[in-house]
Amino acid sequence: MKKDIILAGVGGQGILSIAACIGTAALDEGLYLKQAEVHGMSQRGGAVQSHLRIASTAVASDLIPEGSADLIISVEPMESLRYLPMLSRTGWIITSINPFVNIPDYPDMELILKEIWKQHHYVTLDADAVAKECGSMKAANMVILGAAAPLLGMKPSAIENAVEKIFASKGKDVVELNLKAFHAGRSHTMKQM
Amino acid sequence: MEKLLLLGDEAIAQAAIDAGMSGIYAYPGTPSTEIMEYVQASAEAKNRNIRSIWSANEKTAMETALGMSYAGKRAMVCMKHVGLNVAADAFINAAITGANGGLLVVAADDPSMHSSQNEQDSRFYGKFAMIPVLEPGDQQEAYDMVHYGFQLSEDMQIPVMMRITTRLAHSRTGVARKEQKPQNELRLPSNLRQFILLPSIARKQYRELLTKQERFEAASGNSGFNKLTDHTDKKLGIIACGLAYNYLMENFPDRNVPHPVLKIGQYPVDPALIDSLYTSCDELLILEDGYPILEELIRGMLNNGKRVRGRLDGSLPRDGELNPVIVGAALGLDHARGNDVPALVKNRPPRLCDGCGHNDAFLALNEALLEYGRGRVFSDIGCYTLSALEPLESINSCVDMGASITMAIGAADAGLVPAVAAIGDSTFTHSGITGLLDAINNNAPITVLILDNSTTGMTGGQTSSAFGKVEDICRGLGLSEEHILVIKPLKKHHEENIEIIRKELAYNGVSVIIPRRECIQTLGRKLRQKAKMKELEITQ
Repeated sequence: MKKDIILAGVGGQGILSIAACIGTAALDEGLYLKQAEVHGMSQRGGAVQSHLRIASTAVASDLIPEGSADLIISVEPMESLRYLPMLSRTGWIITSINPFVNIPDYPDMELILKEIWKQHHYVTLDADAVAKECGSMKAANMVILGAAAPLLGMKPSAIENAVEKIFASKGKDVVELNLKAFHAGRSHTMKQM
Repeated sequence: MEKLLLLGDEAIAQAAIDAGMSGIYAYPGTPSTEIMEYVQASAEAKNRNIRSIWSANEKTAMETALGMSYAGKRAMVCMKHVGLNVAADAFINAAITGANGGLLVVAADDPSMHSSQNEQDSRFYGKFAMIPVLEPGDQQEAYDMVHYGFQLSEDMQIPVMMRITTRLAHSRTGVARKEQKPQNELRLPSNLRQFILLPSIARKQYRELLTKQERFEAASGNSGFNKLTDHTDKKLGIIACGLAYNYLMENFPDRNVPHPVLKIGQYPVDPALIDSLYTSCDELLILEDGYPILEELIRGMLNNGKRVRGRLDGSLPRDGELNPVIVGAALGLDHARGNDVPALVKNRPPRLCDGCGHNDAFLALNEALLEYGRGRVFSDIGCYTLSALEPLESINSCVDMGASITMAIGAADAGLVPAVAAIGDSTFTHSGITGLLDAINNNAPITVLILDNSTTGMTGGQTSSAFGKVEDICRGLGLSEEHILVIKPLKKHHEENIEIIRKELAYNGVSVIIPRRECIQTLGRKLRQKAKMKELEITQ
């Protein structure tokens, strides 16, 4: 088993909490894991990405080789396209369609979606709306994680346990909200597959 | 023992705690910051009374660590690669004094300049100082090497450097711990003159350092960190340093490279090890995530031996960090490519946060400078360097910590009057104070903005040594009271702030203007914490 995942977003959007959930689940499942993060200057509202590699045998490189990622999980639509050269021809894009506009020349949303829909395998969803329905926009990350869950090659229960673990310190309500968001995202993808 | 999921930086910190370190000294700098942060947050470190305070700069950190080593205890000093330039005087001379308690210097390089102004390779500094250098290939090795490094430092009575790069520092993986060691007792050096570098003593100490070189080479041959794996296809021999080894292995899914591979993790390298590879192979490929140091040494200036491939002959790019694809290409291996980035994808450069005080300060400065024209603002290293980009485009230089004030003096001396310096509070106490003293002693016609957000912002909000001290420092340096002005960088004070800056620009001498407003990130964190505390109070 091997899953190479590019996590994409804008500095401050919290892609690292998605990474933490997948990483924790992978460790609990006894898998090997390497996760390269971006700290420093780009965290100030710039494009950020994280390379997350999970495998049943030891992982060599901290960086995913170009053209071989199994998944791009993105919390921002334009950012999902920035890493296309990393994606394998059989890979999937899972992305929210909620733009984070902090540049003056942000492209037309319709054109962005057209580009995403040109790719072989993708799941696009309005994570903000789904999260809001679950109780809070803050859980949009977990909606995206849920949408990626059927493609992660791990039992859903393993990821659920990880979500519980990661948010446990924030109280029962927060755990429940995030689990609800996770399930909503997951069923969105299941319906499409 | 259960594995911990740790960043490379965190693995180094945990290892130092476990190896009996008594103190860690550092100045924040990407990608090294998380080493100190981990120790500061560690309950174990607190229980063990490990000193872990940010220093004013890397030089003071290096010297403080040397002092702890003098007293017989284990000390670590951490910095980003350019921080070692600041600490260089202490660092190079510490090789001459030697160590007493184990002394480990961690230098975190940033090939590809993700968050830096150059990609200098700290292994050169290690070679320059003639001390052992450790270069871990992964986070577990980083953990193990800290234990080894402290021991080596004490056995050889020499500071030891650990060189890491961004990818190792900021990548997370499972790390197994070793058993914890007690800290050293206070123990003076057996020779109380060891640390006195008077010429007569220094000459002796230096000769001792020279004679130790053979022992350093022998140590790198015996430690297991330099490992030759033989294989049948000797048309090529590969030397892979540090992380480059992983990029090499990534190209062989069964981890079975058909050529002999020498993995390097410790310097100076035993020449016999290189020789055995060189003699048995037709040509060599050298993989280094940084400058081509070994490559240059092995190839030699005349390059008249066997073919040595790497960054110098174009087999690998001359600059930037390596990755699996670059290494694969040097081996003639093809790789799959994904689709191109669509043309509509726009750059998203980093920017000042919404609501950041620096933004208001630069808007006022821009307007106050309109009558003089562009090109006269010397700046420094921190979040405010982002004011170089659109839409502010306020500054014209960013070179090294503290250079804003001193470059402004030089430009003013050349006739660029008024010249402006823009420096952050933490950078000011790091390396700006001496420059301001120069300015005051020369009565230079410069206006200095000390942008005070009361923290070290760019690296994530660490304590600033300048906190609550900026005006007093300026007064102490001899600046007159009427030219020390504190302003509040807020939209509602915009006109008034422009007026104050304008007036000081017209003054023919040194002024310091302090736009002071707390970093929006640290403020937000505090408010969230407060709200959480309140919530706890209500529920209890």
